[in-house]
Amino acid sequence: MPKPAGLGTHEPRATAFATAVVARPWAVIALACLLIAAGAYGALALRVTNSYRVFFNPDNPELLAFEAVEKTFTKNDNVMLVLEPLTGDAFTVANLSALHALTEGAWKIPYTSRVDSLTNFQHTAAAGDELTVRDLVAAPATLDGPALAAVRATALAEPILAGNLVARDGRTAAVNVVVQLPGRDEQHEVPAVMAAAATLVQQIEAQYPAVRIHLTGVVAMDYAFSEAALHDAQTLVPAGFAVVFALVAVLMGGVVVGLSTALVVGFAVAAAMGLAGYLGYPLSPVISAAPVIILTVTVANCVHILDSFRRHWVPGRTRNAAIILAVSGNLRPIFLASFTTVIGFLSFNFSEVPPFRQLGNIVAFGDLASYALAVTLLPALLAVVPLREPQPCNQLAAGFARLVEFVIRHRRTVLLGSCVLMVAVLGNLPRNRLNDVFLHYFDQTTAFRRAADFTLAHLTGLYHLQYALGTGAAGGISEPAFLGEVAAFSTWLRAQPEVLQVSSFSDTLQRLNQNLHGDDPHAYQLPATRELAAQYLLLYEMSLPFGLDLNNQISVDKSLLRLVTAIQTLSSSQAIAFNERALDWLQSHAPHAKTAVGTGSILMFSHIGQRNIHSMLVGTSVALVLISGLLLLLLRSIKLGLISLAPNLLPPALGFGLWGVFNGDITLALAVVTSMTLGIIIDDTVHFLVKYQRARRTLGLSAENAVRETYREVAPAMLCTSLILIAGFAVLALSHFELNAGMGLLTAIVIGVALLLDLALLPTLLLFFEDPPDAPAGHLTHRTPPA
Amino acid sequence: MRLLVILLTALLLPESALAASAEELGLAIAAQADASDRGWGDLTAALSMTLRNANGLGSQRELRVQILEITGDGDRSLTLFDAPRDIAGTAFLSYTHALTPDDQWLYLPALKRVKRIASANKSGPFMGSEFAYEDLTSSELEKYRYTLLRTETLEGRVVDVIEQRPQYANSGYTRRVVWLDQAMHQALKIEFYNRGNALLKTLTLSDYVQYLGQYWRASRLRMVNHQSGKETDLTWRDYRFRTGLSLRDFDQNTLKRVR
Repeated sequence: MPKPAGLGTHEPRATAFATAVVARPWAVIALACLLIAAGAYGALALRVTNSYRVFFNPDNPELLAFEAVEKTFTKNDNVMLVLEPLTGDAFTVANLSALHALTEGAWKIPYTSRVDSLTNFQHTAAAGDELTVRDLVAAPATLDGPALAAVRATALAEPILAGNLVARDGRTAAVNVVVQLPGRDEQHEVPAVMAAAATLVQQIEAQYPAVRIHLTGVVAMDYAFSEAALHDAQTLVPAGFAVVFALVAVLMGGVVVGLSTALVVGFAVAAAMGLAGYLGYPLSPVISAAPVIILTVTVANCVHILDSFRRHWVPGRTRNAAIILAVSGNLRPIFLASFTTVIGFLSFNFSEVPPFRQLGNIVAFGDLASYALAVTLLPALLAVVPLREPQPCNQLAAGFARLVEFVIRHRRTVLLGSCVLMVAVLGNLPRNRLNDVFLHYFDQTTAFRRAADFTLAHLTGLYHLQYALGTGAAGGISEPAFLGEVAAFSTWLRAQPEVLQVSSFSDTLQRLNQNLHGDDPHAYQLPATRELAAQYLLLYEMSLPFGLDLNNQISVDKSLLRLVTAIQTLSSSQAIAFNERALDWLQSHAPHAKTAVGTGSILMFSHIGQRNIHSMLVGTSVALVLISGLLLLLLRSIKLGLISLAPNLLPPALGFGLWGVFNGDITLALAVVTSMTLGIIIDDTVHFLVKYQRARRTLGLSAENAVRETYREVAPAMLCTSLILIAGFAVLALSHFELNAGMGLLTAIVIGVALLLDLALLPTLLLFFEDPPDAPAGHLTHRTPPA
Repeated sequence: MRLLVILLTALLLPESALAASAEELGLAIAAQADASDRGWGDLTAALSMTLRNANGLGSQRELRVQILEITGDGDRSLTLFDAPRDIAGTAFLSYTHALTPDDQWLYLPALKRVKRIASANKSGPFMGSEFAYEDLTSSELEKYRYTLLRTETLEGRVVDVIEQRPQYANSGYTRRVVWLDQAMHQALKIEFYNRGNALLKTLTLSDYVQYLGQYWRASRLRMVNHQSGKETDLTWRDYRFRTGLSLRDFDQNTLKRVR
């Protein structure tokens, strides 16, 4: 075996390790396959999750409040079948027939506990001493013109229907199906509901060609979450592999090298997903981004080794000698690079959102696995696969040579120009605002988003806030003082610009009072005494058909009442502000409501978005301190350490500045981008500064020549790894799931900015501080830095 | 030889003929149960109703019930509410029918008026409980179509397991499965399947007492809703049979007078 030629400083132990790997490549390959197979086995336990609740800690206060309200009343998981009559009027015999058939058919959807529409709305009417309680539209085929007009008038005047189950313009209607998912077999319950709903929609659309039916609601959203996870796993992962393979093949010398790299990162992905399975992580859409992120960030490890290998495999040196040089020379630098990346991803553990914590852990493990594989499996593969000696790529080298001369010559212009440009971009940071519109987690290509947008435009809001008002005593909701406050609260809610519709039992009681007073419109008032209210309630309760009980509004002991209000699509802060306004109103106007709780999925997402930002600020700071400390330790120079802060800290800030210009909505996912990119972009800075420092100290070059030398050595690899990272995260940006797409896009932007700064700002900064304009240029001796 | 003939017949007969025989058996058993519970005349009893939601939080209702047996139609019943206090004095009169909506009147003391309720509420919940009206009212033979599923033992008792398919158009169920005790001709357990044919509720009947040496009545009924996790317990007390009630006591004019 030839002795490696003495290029640079190589540790004997690293050389011994590399030599051992190359000596027994097949044993290494076999061992790697075995270990990875055992690790990847865990991935079989991965299960797609079907619930948006996966985004919340089990002890999340908003989730607990939400679940407590659900337990007191009923769960509100629903499928909404929105009926769009192509003729533009819901109140025709044909369209009401379609709605009626849809309502009846909806009972057969699995786990259905309640079905509400304008056809089965329990319309109360008085005739003498008879109270009639019946479906508003029982037999649509029999309705003539006047009857249709009467149905329209009743429906549009009914506060519980108008703006909720029928559009106020009468052009769109809906069937709301409440389902009680047992939660025993999460894998199949939601898909079963959606499959049955889709079949029903097909039937009705076939039977009534003049209607279109859109599927929305919580269950549809849950289904969209799992669909997004599966879709990303099925499309983005292959796309990510293809892009990485193609880029490595083009940039690093051939198909075989590309395939070997793909195999190495594939193994790392498999091991990481296996760990996810062993840890029992649910496969959420966020986690389905893990394979793409892993393969993107870990391919950098391979690229450094491949690049060295290519440069060391020169005529006169054997392939194995080149491999040993490449591995032993990179063992420490890529370990450090991986280490910082791992710190960045582990800082996700500060996140409030379990899927992001899980994503961080999976990617961190994948990166460690890829490091291990890059220094064992990759060299073993390189030792056995058919390879030709590489052709040096002179074009790229020449290009960088020209670039570095430009940067050195125009250092002041470059420095000043970048500063001006950066200030301009950073000025846009305030244009970002925290905004988790979870409906917008799905892009317009998804069926759920289209249905949601249609519903918002033509029928009602998809965000619901529920207010559970407690009287503190069984039967207390019949107290006239309390009911008066409830009615006043409904009136106040309806006057708010955000509110689209309010369902309140006070309306039902007023209507009953009118019915029991011979339908006298003046009697549309609340009952005057507690007994009367309680007896009306009993009367109404006793007259309801199957599945339309009052448990969704009134607790079993009649101590709590629930109001539901549909609101417009609000940003996180607007939603929180609205809820606070409502609770304030209750505090000062409703003394008989001893307890008042406002809940709703929008509040859950709004609060978690805010809390996540704060916790990730801490996480990012911790990562920053750790990573910077590591860098200082490595460089042993306060000055270089401080200079390194610029190309490390500015890219995320600039990335968010650009985000402010083009988008501006900060979602859950973007909160983790800073710490993630910090761990990634620092690698290039480390490579640049370490090589620069060596050029200065070991080779005794001037700042200018050291920059030239560093450029020659690391710029091509920096460009390659950055291009691959940008491409990989750009693939993620193609996701139809906005959290993944936004995270991918912003990360790609940050990495691109980082590359520019490393190539333009970092050298000019080094020259500015290490080679001040007043000092004679081109000085060859090692200089003490200015204080 | 005879065995062979039976076997051959069983093999050669079309499937529908075999199914029909299970239906015939089911009907026969139901008819026997129906016949064994005739002739009790009238009864009065007290009923406690305990409602619990998924949290286990409860609510108690106290009622008194009078029932008059009617031959050829559903029974008539008068229910008086004692607790909660807000509805004390409310009285509910019901003429049940097998296949058409029941006739119902409610007296509201706070309004001092009798109100007739016209609704399709037979499938609806009784007083917000997990019991529907159709679960509580008398079981006329023509309310269901019957199929004997099997015979087995339940808690040491021999039972016929019979599937019942409601004939009432607005029923909340596709079917019920009844575990009918062969000795008492009374149900020990009933499962209710919703319109999507999924198990919705299970009723368990226990603490049977025999009255007048003939008529079995369960003292405890527990209905569990598997969908919502809610439960309702019924406890019957003070059963008195043949107390001399007549049609006049189940007249809407009596509603205001009863206390």
